Order: sequence, then C-alpha cells, then structure tokens
Amino acid sequence: MLLLVDKLGSLALGLIREMGRMLNFLLASLYTIVRNPGKPIHIFKQVHFIGARSVFVIVLTASFTGMVLGLQGYYSLAKFGAEGMLGAAVALSLIRELGPVLSALMVTGRAGSAITAEIGIMKITEQIDALRTMALEPFKYLVSPKILASLLALPLLCAIFDVVGIFGGYLVGVKLLGVNPGAYFHGMEKSVEWKDVYSGIMKSISFGIIISWVCCYKGYYVGHGAEGVSRSTTSAVVTSSVLVLIWDYFLTSVLL
Amino acid sequence: MIKLIDVTKTFDNQVVLNKLNLVIPTGKITAVIGPSGEGKSVLLKHMIGLMRPDSGKVLVDGEDITVLGHTALNRVREKFGMLFQNAALFDSMTVYENVAFPLEEKTGLSPAEIRDKVHEALEHVGLTGVDKKFPDELSGGMKKRVGLARAILLDPKIILFDEPTTGLDPIVCRATHQLIKDTYARYGFTAVVVSHEIPEIFDIAEQVAMLYQGEILEMGKPEEIQNSTHPVVRQFITGSLEGPIHLYERRLRM
Repeated sequence: MLLLVDKLGSLALGLIREMGRMLNFLLASLYTIVRNPGKPIHIFKQVHFIGARSVFVIVLTASFTGMVLGLQGYYSLAKFGAEGMLGAAVALSLIRELGPVLSALMVTGRAGSAITAEIGIMKITEQIDALRTMALEPFKYLVSPKILASLLALPLLCAIFDVVGIFGGYLVGVKLLGVNPGAYFHGMEKSVEWKDVYSGIMKSISFGIIISWVCCYKGYYVGHGAEGVSRSTTSAVVTSSVLVLIWDYFLTSVLL
Repeated sequence: MIKLIDVTKTFDNQVVLNKLNLVIPTGKITAVIGPSGEGKSVLLKHMIGLMRPDSGKVLVDGEDITVLGHTALNRVREKFGMLFQNAALFDSMTVYENVAFPLEEKTGLSPAEIRDKVHEALEHVGLTGVDKKFPDELSGGMKKRVGLARAILLDPKIILFDEPTTGLDPIVCRATHQLIKDTYARYGFTAVVVSHEIPEIFDIAEQVAMLYQGEILEMGKPEEIQNSTHPVVRQFITGSLEGPIHLYERRLRM
C-alpha cells in the first residue's frame, strides 16, 4: 500500500515537473519571439514547410469531411423535412468546429512529427550544441520561427479546409442528393455570423501555438539515440492531439 | 587563459569530474589525454559553458563563466571555436551553407565576401569542389575538415577539439593532426585537444594533461609525460593490459 502511494506520489511529482518545464519552454520561446524573432527567411521557410506543404492533405481530408457531412446532414435533416438547412449545417459544423480541429490534427501528424524528429536528431547529434558554441541562441533558429509560422499557417489552412469542406458538402448535397443550390447557399449566408468565423480563427491560432510548442519541446528534450527520437515523436503527436481536443472544449465553452 | 578550479560534475551519482584543477595556457596547444569514458568531452564542454559544474569555477580570461547568464555567456563564447567529435555539421545544409552559416548570422559581410572567406577556409582544410554536397555524402575525415573550416572562420582566440581523429584511418588521422598544426601556425590560437591517439598527440601538443578518475593525474610537456614513471600514465601510454587501469572496471564505468 505504502509502495503504491510512493509510486503515485512520484508519478504526480514527475508530471508537475514536466508541466513546469513545458511552461518554462513556452515562456522562453515567446520571450525570444518578442526580443529577437530572427530573420524573416527562417520564418518563411517554416511557413512553407508547415503551411504550404500541408495543403494537399488538408484539401483531401476537407473534401471528404464536407462530403460526409453533406451525406449525414441530408439524411438527418430530411427526417424533419429541413433539407434546405443543409448548407447552414455543413458550414457551421466546419467553420466552428471541424475546420480548426481537423486541420490542426492533420498538421500535427504531418508537420508536428517532423518538427520533433528534426529537433531531436539535431539534439542527439550535437548540432544544437554547435549552435551554442557559435554564441547563437538555438531558440531563435529552431523554436521561434516554427511557432510564428504555425501562428500564420494554421488559420490559413483552416480557411482552406472550411472552403473545400463546404464545396464537398455542396457536391454531395446539391449534385448528388438534389438539394436546391440556392437554399444551400442562402441557408449558409443567413446562419453563419462573423462570431462563428472569429471563433474558428481563434481556435486555429491557439492550436498553432499548442502544436509547435509541444512538438518543439518534445524534440528539444529528446531521450537517447534513435529510440529516444522515435518515442519523442510519438509522444509529441499524442500530446499535441490530446491538448488540441481538450483546449477546443475549453475555448468553445468560452467563445459560445 | 582557461582555468578550472575545483570543478566537480556528477551524473546519476557517478562522479565524472572530481575537484579537478587545470590551467590551459594562452597561445599553446594543450592535449587532454585519458582512457575512454573518463570525462574528457565533459571537461571540454565545461570550458565553453555547454555544461555547468556542480561546484567549482571555470575562468576564461579571468571571468567565471559558471555564474554568467545567457547573454554574457554568449559574449564569452565568441572567443571560442569548437570541433565536435562527430563534427556536428548541420545535416540539412550543404557544406557551403554549413561553413557560411556563422558568417551570415554573426557578421554584416556581403554574400561575395562570405563566399570568398568560405572558399579560403575550405581550401585551407584541403577541400574544394564539395560546396554542394551534404554532410551525409562526406567521409568521416572530410566532415572533420568541414567542421574545422567552420570553427576557424570567425577567427576565434580559443579552439576546442573533441577527439578530432576518432574513427579515422591512420593516414587521415596523421593528416588531421598535421592540419591542426598548420592551422595553429597560421591562425595562432589557444588550442585544447582531447584525444587518446598515443603517441601521435605528442607531436602536436606543447602541454599534455592526463585525466583519470575525474582528476588531472599528471601534467607537463609531452616528453615529461612520455617519460613519466606514474604507473597509470605508463600503462595508458604503452597500452598495456597489465597495470592499475582495469579494463573490466572501466567497462562498467562506460
């Protein structure tokens, strides 16, 4: 019994220590961004890596998400004779919830894992130490550009997700199931408010910070060798995804 | 001058540096020798502030770097260049980008001036026509040369070499030692070379310190170390299996 309490206590202490270290890492990153964000070229390269190179996977997932929303929404609304509201249902679901969350999860899988692996390998091969010996601040080159780039890229990717998703819903709802195109877009125009778009953008921005922060942190404090990098990468994707979903709930309850 | 005073460092209850005292004189090549796993690289990392000691002082030109913050420490690090054991080249950059990187980030030189300096440094280390190659396309010896070119480019006052010849064949090993000697003659810096290349290291060093069990066991000119009667030093230099250094114990320590 005593052993169990001992283990639980040590687990809790470890968790608190890890959370403190993560918070310190975030504060140090934000301080670096404010004090000296680095050359724009480093940020543009990251926007290209995190943003532009994620467009394909975002378009692909968005189109199928929109299509399945169109399909499911149609059959649900048809039960109440409200097929005309399909456009509004698809758009609100995407703009308020699915666009920001799914685009964040896609970016976590595609770019977040790569960020952790890149920083982790740099750490174990002493490349980060090499930067420090040159009197250069590793955060300025490895962390800040990625956080700034995520802040810029995530809302843009979310916007693409929303537009493509709405078009996917249109294809299924209007072209396949015969919903009136005027009703599809009119319902959308009537029900979507600026507040909904704003909430989606806010979510995307905060998800961008969460993904880049967690993934950079996990890479920076990687374990030993290839196995350490592999563990960190897995942990980065899982932690980021879980945090995105938890934060989404809190943010939704505040922004509603 | 670098001065380490009573430096102690412990990892997981294992004492790696034990109240170590060492003076690195200005303008000379000092070699730190000792068996593998004795903390030679750890010692080097303390000199440049990559590690902080548990206790003790590390003075660089009279300034204790163990108490400095980031900005002040970076100011001291500008005096240093370092060649890592595995060269630590940025693997997503080409050879040219690797060598040019510190110049681009730390100087206001024009691209043409940077190009000239990079090519001059690469030529000095005997590498031409490899600008566009990536580190994983280079041999071990070539990587170390690129690392050296990158280390000397900002004209540092002190260069730290962490086992610069480990993993190289005897000819490349000798060529690398010669290159360090030539670079030292040309640029005139203070050098600390961590190595266990015996007896080749005695050809380039002006002072040799033997690290064993976290302490500097003996220090002196190469000929003094070579003629030492200390049983540990003698066994290490001759590479004998018989003596106070027990291979089995060392394996456990590694």
